[in-house]
Amino acid sequence: MGSLKLVTVATGSLLLGSLLASSAFAQSPTYGVGRTPTAEELRRMDISIGPNGEELPPGRGSAKEGAQLYMQKACVGCHGVGGTGGLAPILVSKQSADVPVWKRERILPLRAPNATIVWDYINRGMPLGQEGTLKPDEVYSLTAYLLFLNKVIPEDQVLNKENLPKVKMPIGDQYGKPHEFKLNAPRLEGYPY
Amino acid sequence: MDSEQKNSRREMLKASAALAAGGITMGGVGKAQAQHDGHAATPGSENAYPMIHGSKEQIEYGHRSKYVTSVRVQHPIGGRPSPDVFGKVFHVATPLQDSVGVITPSSLHYIATTRGSFLPDVDPKLHTLTIHGEVDRPLTLTMDDLRRFPSVTRLHFIECAGNRHNGKQRNVQDTHGMTSCSEWTGVLMSTLLKECGLKSSAKWFVAEGAEEVKGASSIPIAKGMDDCIIAYGQNGEPLRPQQGFPVRIMVPGFEGIYHTKFLRRIKITKEFYMNYNEFGHLRPEDKELALGEQIGPKSVITYPSGTQRLPGPGLYEISGLAWSGGGAVKTVEVSTDGGKTWNRAQFKNTPQRMAHVRFAYPWKWDGGEAMIMSRTTDEIGQRQALREEIAGWWKVPFERDYRVPGLDNSVMPWKIAKDGSVSNGLA
Repeated sequence: MGSLKLVTVATGSLLLGSLLASSAFAQSPTYGVGRTPTAEELRRMDISIGPNGEELPPGRGSAKEGAQLYMQKACVGCHGVGGTGGLAPILVSKQSADVPVWKRERILPLRAPNATIVWDYINRGMPLGQEGTLKPDEVYSLTAYLLFLNKVIPEDQVLNKENLPKVKMPIGDQYGKPHEFKLNAPRLEGYPY
Repeated sequence: MDSEQKNSRREMLKASAALAAGGITMGGVGKAQAQHDGHAATPGSENAYPMIHGSKEQIEYGHRSKYVTSVRVQHPIGGRPSPDVFGKVFHVATPLQDSVGVITPSSLHYIATTRGSFLPDVDPKLHTLTIHGEVDRPLTLTMDDLRRFPSVTRLHFIECAGNRHNGKQRNVQDTHGMTSCSEWTGVLMSTLLKECGLKSSAKWFVAEGAEEVKGASSIPIAKGMDDCIIAYGQNGEPLRPQQGFPVRIMVPGFEGIYHTKFLRRIKITKEFYMNYNEFGHLRPEDKELALGEQIGPKSVITYPSGTQRLPGPGLYEISGLAWSGGGAVKTVEVSTDGGKTWNRAQFKNTPQRMAHVRFAYPWKWDGGEAMIMSRTTDEIGQRQALREEIAGWWKVPFERDYRVPGLDNSVMPWKIAKDGSVSNGLA
């Protein structure tokens, strides 16, 4: 009996010791499950593009090159000649540039607050059935073409990692910004419903 | 209101006693008839049905009776078909009119995809989930790895932002079928984030799927640390492909699109990333944008509901579902007089956070025209309102086609005609 008690005490202090250790190194893994991806793996899989474009790969492209790719990659098959629509959504506004952007069609290369979103979506989601196969230059070119069609940039502008995030989009600052999410709070402060 | 409730309950008790008595009588009649027809009066021969011959499929993975024919349908009716000409799936609604309890069968769970997309045929042995960005140690996990972490099992609804009701729809599948509720099993996201060592710079995260468009959503990190689940189980089995097999993220109470399916990557970020999904949420004003995130308190009567028919005056149990993205449902009230008086409904199960709860209210229909509806409040004090109340808060004139800002959580009325037929009360 006496020895059993001793064991319990010893285990107890060991447990206490490990608890203290874990609080001293709060950032060390608890389970040690899984593996650390390499920097190269992360670079390849990270297709998210932030608002400042830091993840954009090197490359370049203009609307003229984009217009050719639009035919070669068969974008035209679904989105129509010059982005006028078909089985897939229209990509060019039918309305005049004088009409406020919120009164115009919901077209990504027109309404997006940042041109990087256009680049991101073409890169991850196009073309149909061959998503993710476009090379960076091709994505820059197609982005330039769609922005040119919507009169956002001139035809001869060459887009690259540096100037794409700086393209001035028609929406300017005229869009809602995310609120600060709070736990167990109404979905909108002061809104009863 | 309370006295009315008591009265109805008393009536209901009387009715069930009468039904029980009726059951015995009917049994007696059946037996007498069997004898009269000259059949052998073997005990139990009243229920002489054809037999189902056992098959491998029925033994291995059961299916429902051929008499149960409830199915999902495209949403909205007349909208984009699923599958479409490319073979993609867009929006498909669950048949709430036939639902009982709170769990949506996995086969009938509503479906929605980012832009209308194919369902990837993911081999779970090859699939990995990577967490990286503002963490001390990026982590890549196999499905086997995920199952080594402590798990949670919770009931949660998911509702699509497209779940809007209007006067043109016929039944509750059309008006409210883009919500479903399952029991989800997985690992709390906070467990994984602690394992990675979250940096103090972490403010948002992007959850990305493995379908061909790699659908991605930005979610506040506070939500991720609170109750998000990296889920691999649904209703006691692995997720269905249509619900993101082998792993999805549950973002309890947020609009459906945040619940990224076929989850392959979580990037922790310092700032808000606008993905294609957030482009879809884009609104001119901050206030309206905010209402496109967490789902408000909402309820709907599923019986009696549009296109159903009450066979005649008498006692009925009005039944429906209530839920809220703000927490657990606190109360549900039912009106049978077009919103003049409201009666407290009973719960059929314990309300849980961000989960459907089944409510009921016993009602004696007198055979006259009636307008029935339900409303709910949640544990943080939000309440479900009529469309005109919502228009009033926004100080806009109320018109028939008024569009509720954010996800439509307004009250849904059903009209009962003298012949017992039930139709859309907004029509």
